[in-house]
Amino acid sequence: MGADFVQFSLVPILIGIFASVACALPGNFLILRRQALIGDAISHVVLPGIIVAFLITGTVAAIPMMLGAAGAAVVAVVLIEAVKRLGGIEPGAAMGVIFTTLFAGGVLLLEQSDTSKVHLDVEHALMGNLESLIWFRTTGWESVLDPVALASIPHELPRMAAVCVLIIALVLTFWRWLKIATFDEGFAQALGIPAGALGFGLVITAAVAAVAAFDAVGSIIVIAMFICPPAAARLMTNQLATQVWWSVGFAILSAVLGYVFAGYGPLWFGSQNAVSAAGMIATVSGIILGLACLYGPHRSRVGVGREETA
Amino acid sequence: MNSFLDALLLNAGYNAALVAIGAGLLGFAAGSSGTFLFLRKRALVSDATAHATLPGVGIAFIIMVSMGYDGRNLIGLLLGSAVTAAIGLVIIEWIARRTRLAEDAAIGAVLGTFFGLGIVLLTIIQTMSSGRQAGLEGFLLGSTAGMLFQDAVVIAIGGSLAVFATWLMRRPMTLVAFDAEYAAAMGYNVRRIDLLMMGLVMAVTVIGLKLVGLILIVAMLIIPPVTARFWTDRSGRVVWIAGVVGGASGYMGAALSASASAMPTGPIIVLMAAAIFLFSLIFAPVRGVAAAVIRHHRFQRRVHRRQGLLSLSREEPIREKFTLRLLERDGLIRPDGVPTDKGRAQAAKVSRDERRWDVAREVHQDAGLTGRYDGLTPIEEVFTSDEIQEFDRRLGPPVAVGGLA
Repeated sequence: MGADFVQFSLVPILIGIFASVACALPGNFLILRRQALIGDAISHVVLPGIIVAFLITGTVAAIPMMLGAAGAAVVAVVLIEAVKRLGGIEPGAAMGVIFTTLFAGGVLLLEQSDTSKVHLDVEHALMGNLESLIWFRTTGWESVLDPVALASIPHELPRMAAVCVLIIALVLTFWRWLKIATFDEGFAQALGIPAGALGFGLVITAAVAAVAAFDAVGSIIVIAMFICPPAAARLMTNQLATQVWWSVGFAILSAVLGYVFAGYGPLWFGSQNAVSAAGMIATVSGIILGLACLYGPHRSRVGVGREETA
Repeated sequence: MNSFLDALLLNAGYNAALVAIGAGLLGFAAGSSGTFLFLRKRALVSDATAHATLPGVGIAFIIMVSMGYDGRNLIGLLLGSAVTAAIGLVIIEWIARRTRLAEDAAIGAVLGTFFGLGIVLLTIIQTMSSGRQAGLEGFLLGSTAGMLFQDAVVIAIGGSLAVFATWLMRRPMTLVAFDAEYAAAMGYNVRRIDLLMMGLVMAVTVIGLKLVGLILIVAMLIIPPVTARFWTDRSGRVVWIAGVVGGASGYMGAALSASASAMPTGPIIVLMAAAIFLFSLIFAPVRGVAAAVIRHHRFQRRVHRRQGLLSLSREEPIREKFTLRLLERDGLIRPDGVPTDKGRAQAAKVSRDERRWDVAREVHQDAGLTGRYDGLTPIEEVFTSDEIQEFDRRLGPPVAVGGLA
């Protein structure tokens, strides 16, 4: 836990934690609303959004790319809704049509345009590059308080932290509304809560989390974190607040354990090279969900299970 | 354009022809076997299946290399991918059945976790001495450049088997897709049929991995059935139309991609399917958007026309501009708003029909008949001419509108 840790591991772990928490928080509500797969759809359309932003601006700067990705997410949500209503198609299939099409468009644009010089490829978009976010100018723990060293910290960290704080603030602000609208949309409307706008806002929030996390850690974490920690938390409790706390805990645990396993796990087996941290974080979150499915105190549906075991 | 035609006619070289035929077969198999999953409202299960193939590819590669074989053996890789995809499917089914989590959460969880594990395995393979040129990334987005005759044979045989199995099991699968409880009551094992449906999709996914990659094979399983659904309401036809849509987009997409540079096969095939989908969404009869718009306008016109004629019969002034335009265009009124002979005749008919309905409601207590009154359905469609004559007898002789001209 010395200078090496601060230089190589502190920043990726923190980014992993912020990204996981930022995705897990909206994930709680998406799961309860049976919209869990919207995160999957969003993480696919981020690619075309980023490529279009690159083609328009010609740079790989972070802000236009995030705007492009967020724009693509909004376009995708609107298109899914349009296909659903105009074609009378069930939501899952509408989602499948739109996100695969947009993704294919993104890959085609990528091949057609001259992006080979810049670091923009599909694998990077999928896997992220958590391990490369190294804090170069640090000398150890004392650098955390040193403004000169802090200035050289990878810019993904403050951005991810800001998005995470923003999402926490949004969830706290709209807590009561979200709670009511998630469980009983009709009652929410009767109370005067703009349930439709709230639902759209939730999807947009999820998109913001996905885009920010995508930039730092790739889309695998995004898909896994939207679903695995909240789903595991759902099996632990019947209280929404408790569920959200559990999901945050699971998200942090996945990020830390995943990073440690990816970075140090291979060493235990005598291998020299680390494996993909993003992939490992997703795997760990899945294992946590698996354990919750097997042993979670509230795992079974009310009324089901007893007859199944009989 | 010429090179596109060449590719369509399989004149663009051996490899291009192979890819086009393979993609066409794959598209047909994917479209038809994806149909039942779509009708069962579980289209996105195919997404999880596709992502769950990745760890299998990695594991198979590692095992084959450690046993001293060539890790790139396609059959071995596909077997590995089938194993993990099957495990993923069983886990989805288990989570959705045994825990309180909804199926979409189960799909997402399996998708994310298995894909993450696959990426971990890929990074392990990259660090293996023999893994540098493994090219396993090709399974993400597909690669047709090095397609061998053997690969085409795998697609042809596997695809035909999948289509054959779909045809063989079409009745139980249709039953389960539309009414699972009825199927259970009939004695079918719903769970086994569900697993079979997913197994078919898994088989197609595995066959298509090499050609279009695991992310885009999802599109070939979902878009053709959704497209086919626009053209028919009969499940038996949806299967074959979906197959044709998938096959056509596969074949034409592969030909287009062969005829130009920087046109990756997988995405072009998907965009081709998406184009057919868009066309169907707009122009399909009955379910298409254009048909709905036309239907709406026709309905609007009928309502305006009838309201206008009723006003004429009561000699009330009409102020609604659209109604006036409509009546004038049909020669029912003159430009100054005075009804023509034809207009008066039709107005008299409409108002008489109204009164006939009034009588009908008195005579018939049957709400099934009188309930069909919506102001637009002609009375002749609901009652026989005998009955209408009976109404007329009670009403007395017809009354002219606006006196004799």
